[in-house]
Amino acid sequence: MSVTLQTGPFEPGALLTAFSAGRTETGAVASFTGLARAEQGGTDILELEAYPGLTDAEIARIAREAAERFGLQDWLIVHRIGRIAPGEAIVFVATASAHRREAFEACDYLMDYLKSRAPFWKKSHGPDGARWIEPTDRDRTDVERWETP
Amino acid sequence: MARVLLFGRLADIAGWRERVVPGASLTEVRAALSADADLAEALAGKGVQVAVDKVIVRGEAGLTATSEVAFMPPMSGG
Repeated sequence: MSVTLQTGPFEPGALLTAFSAGRTETGAVASFTGLARAEQGGTDILELEAYPGLTDAEIARIAREAAERFGLQDWLIVHRIGRIAPGEAIVFVATASAHRREAFEACDYLMDYLKSRAPFWKKSHGPDGARWIEPTDRDRTDVERWETP
Repeated sequence: MARVLLFGRLADIAGWRERVVPGASLTEVRAALSADADLAEALAGKGVQVAVDKVIVRGEAGLTATSEVAFMPPMSGG
């Protein structure tokens, strides 16, 4: 159960292997890896700003809520910050539970939250200069799915 | 006195990210920052959140000499 914000690259396969190791009561591990997109040449570099101490605390708070809601045994979130090149992994989420549905849903829920409400500020640097990126309408409606009673 | 941090587009507008600003409350810090009209307008914009010592606050808050005040524009998500 940890959140890591890091400036250097990470290897998603290694994270998943380590997360899955030594589990005898976990029936399901789900994971998601997000990669930075080139946007057809529109983005040379993504720059992600966080507020260390607030960003990680806020993500951990949501992850604890998700663990409670979905009955997770364990979870792991690793997020890149700083400058990220297209094709590099930007986010990794893994969830562990006794049965598959909870692991899948919690992973989906955490990604919807991370994409829309996590305290990051994201800038795209491309041939036409730099621009700040806001959550898309799709990101907003995705996260709202979990709020309907 | 507070250490003020600006995030995202707010830092671009101000031309700085971190600065010590006089003031014993958020209102006084905002007043001190309003010398920069563009920044003052951006800080008053929709969706700008404020954190004092890494905790999001709404409305007024008292500050000490070691307070860290962060102004955060709408979050982008990761």
